[in-house]
Amino acid sequence: MLTKRIIPCLDVKDGRTVKGVRFEGLRDAGDPVALASRYAREGADELVFLDITATNQKRATLVALVRDVARELDIPFTVGGGIGTISDVEALLMNGADKVSINSAALARPELIEELAARFGSQCIVVAADARFNDADGWQVYTRAGTNNTGRDAVQWCREAADRGAGEILLTSMSNDGTKDGFALDITGAVSRAVTIPVIASGGAGSKQDFTNVFQQAQADAGLAASIFHFGEIGIRELKEHLRRDGIPMRL
Amino acid sequence: MKIAIVDYKGGNVQSVLFALERLGVQATLTADHDVLRRADKVLFPGEGEAASAMKELRAQGLHELLPTLTQPFLGICLGMQLLGRHTQEGGAAGTDMLGILPFDVVRFQAAAPEHKVPHMGWNNLQALRSPLFEGLSAEDYVYFVHSYYAPVGSYTIAEAAYPAPFSAAVQHENFYAVQFHTEKSGPVGTRILENFLKL
Repeated sequence: MLTKRIIPCLDVKDGRTVKGVRFEGLRDAGDPVALASRYAREGADELVFLDITATNQKRATLVALVRDVARELDIPFTVGGGIGTISDVEALLMNGADKVSINSAALARPELIEELAARFGSQCIVVAADARFNDADGWQVYTRAGTNNTGRDAVQWCREAADRGAGEILLTSMSNDGTKDGFALDITGAVSRAVTIPVIASGGAGSKQDFTNVFQQAQADAGLAASIFHFGEIGIRELKEHLRRDGIPMRL
Repeated sequence: MKIAIVDYKGGNVQSVLFALERLGVQATLTADHDVLRRADKVLFPGEGEAASAMKELRAQGLHELLPTLTQPFLGICLGMQLLGRHTQEGGAAGTDMLGILPFDVVRFQAAAPEHKVPHMGWNNLQALRSPLFEGLSAEDYVYFVHSYYAPVGSYTIAEAAYPAPFSAAVQHENFYAVQFHTEKSGPVGTRILENFLKL
């Protein structure tokens, strides 16, 4: 039986893993290669590796670091942050990334999704959508590391990304990110029901029960978190054992 | 031991090279017919789309060479599907493939939110029947990412279910192939690679 996936996210800035609250106030959380191998040993199903400085500062994604992670890691990992062209994607895949995640570039020019899917296959193209809730407009999609409101509805954008050939959606609720108050169950469930590709829920994980809720109530295919893992608040194995006891299929 | 990886621009070969490196094995990435013929083992990884992969294999004459190889051969993911006769992927008529094994590849039917396509993530292996899986059981999980699959048949040596059983691995004579990414399947995947290297 296909299991639900637990995915630690390594936000990387200047070669270090960092984690902030609501995309701001970054704290140092360690060496990404060491963290990546520790998570793999502890039973992480996959890893996401996001260069959070890349979009704002126009830095090339850290290909060398990707290579170091790939050399160590025997589980799949996704790389994102500032990816805008076919040659960016090619360089990352050639150096051992299994998937790439695109965000701002896809919103600026949605045809990019089709071009990447045609060239590399949908299975390695993840579209990341950062969504924030407001009372007037509901859930809207933001770009440029959460600084720019595109005015686009989150469910509609995820459906369009899937139609254009994305293989997976990484949905981050900026309203929940870093708060540890739980995942955004409403928007995650709405996106999961609107598309027929897998959905990774991100933003807000603070307890084991939060993961149970996002799998049982919002039909997420995977749950992603950073700080609770980086700072050792919840162990991956203990989380997965808890989820299995709750009846959620898990690889242990 | 000389290990060759078939080079046909078929996607992420770096992961396979790193997985072999972790086992202390050096491999050569090549499309050279003589090097492939002389290798002790041949790996045939693949990702992406079947029609463009077949086009590249034909351009390099590999569609004629590969079926004649006699050493242990391991197809991975798209590299497994390409061993079949035909796939629904690649336009309305689909794509004719290498025809080394007698299966036809078909697409999973998507249904949100329960049966997403691609079938992506860790699934357990069932009905294991090959030395390739020595030491493994139905409690062991491997990593899949695919939208098309080979049905179960006499050539099937392992199954997985999504939701119905499909071929997780196949074999005909020296040609072994796995639908999952054995190079990305943690210690279980490493064990399968080790078992293959011992064949």
